[in-house]
Amino acid sequence: MIDMIVTDPTLLIEYTLMAMLLAVGVAIVRLRDLFAVVMLLGVYSLLSAAWFVSLDALDVGFTEAAVGAGISTLLLLAAMLLTARSAEPVSAIRHWSAFAVALAGGAALFYAIGDMPAFGDPDAPANAYVGLQYLERTQADIGVPNVVTAVLASYRGFDTLGEVVVIFAAGLGVMLLLGMGGRKPRKDGEGEE
Amino acid sequence: MVELIAERFAYGVIIILMMTGLYAVVASANLVKRMVGLGLFQTSVFLLYITISKVLGGAPPILEYPFPATPDETVYSNPLPHVLILTAIVVGVATLAVGLALVVRIREAYGTIEDGAINEADYALDTERAGR
Repeated sequence: MIDMIVTDPTLLIEYTLMAMLLAVGVAIVRLRDLFAVVMLLGVYSLLSAAWFVSLDALDVGFTEAAVGAGISTLLLLAAMLLTARSAEPVSAIRHWSAFAVALAGGAALFYAIGDMPAFGDPDAPANAYVGLQYLERTQADIGVPNVVTAVLASYRGFDTLGEVVVIFAAGLGVMLLLGMGGRKPRKDGEGEE
Repeated sequence: MVELIAERFAYGVIIILMMTGLYAVVASANLVKRMVGLGLFQTSVFLLYITISKVLGGAPPILEYPFPATPDETVYSNPLPHVLILTAIVVGVATLAVGLALVVRIREAYGTIEDGAINEADYALDTERAGR
């Protein structure tokens, strides 16, 4: 398996994407101009969408490109325009304590990495049971060629219904918070908007 | 040992990306930048899940159509994590929208979105009330 990891040309593309993601991630953390930070998050989403496609997750790739790189960036840009254009510098003590938190969390996760299945292992527990069953049964049960669609809309349809409820609740929350349209003017006569 | 690390290289990169996002969440005093950090963390977790679902030499989980009469021998990547992450992406945008609406409301009420300044304003209000 290790020969495959070193020589497979699509993996070279993945390594390039990994390097770009790391560079963009560090740039997002270091910059204080919020416009640049928001646009770089869009770039980050687009790069991860490219990696999703390379990892065979086509549906996830185009959803991430449309929703993550598109709608999220739009929302963040709107919020940035309504609030502030640049972030103030953080104190050294805060920087180093946050760095320590990230370092401790990262060390714990790296310690656990040895228990993960090897990358691309077809016998990994995650790939061996339910996912395989969906692949085998979709043709007879649902009759849709795209297995992701079959699982999303049919096998796990209730899950997707719950997702719609979450979006409805979020939309309601945003409308209540921002008071779309008719907010009453204050009693002392000064309008709030 | 070298083989163990080489076979899990992608996970290591994703952990570093995840911790970059965590650092941005903890270290940012600016609330919009904190939401950006949350997005960074979130996207990296999606990457972790999709990396697990990949099968080397596998095809995207889209079957041949019209369906062949003989049993399909192609190796496909695992579709289940893809579905879970599709749901997570959409829910992630919903939480981002609510979070940003809160940030905009905080800006309206306090005139700033730096958390130190917000704490000071709260403290000043409390001492003023206590003094009355």
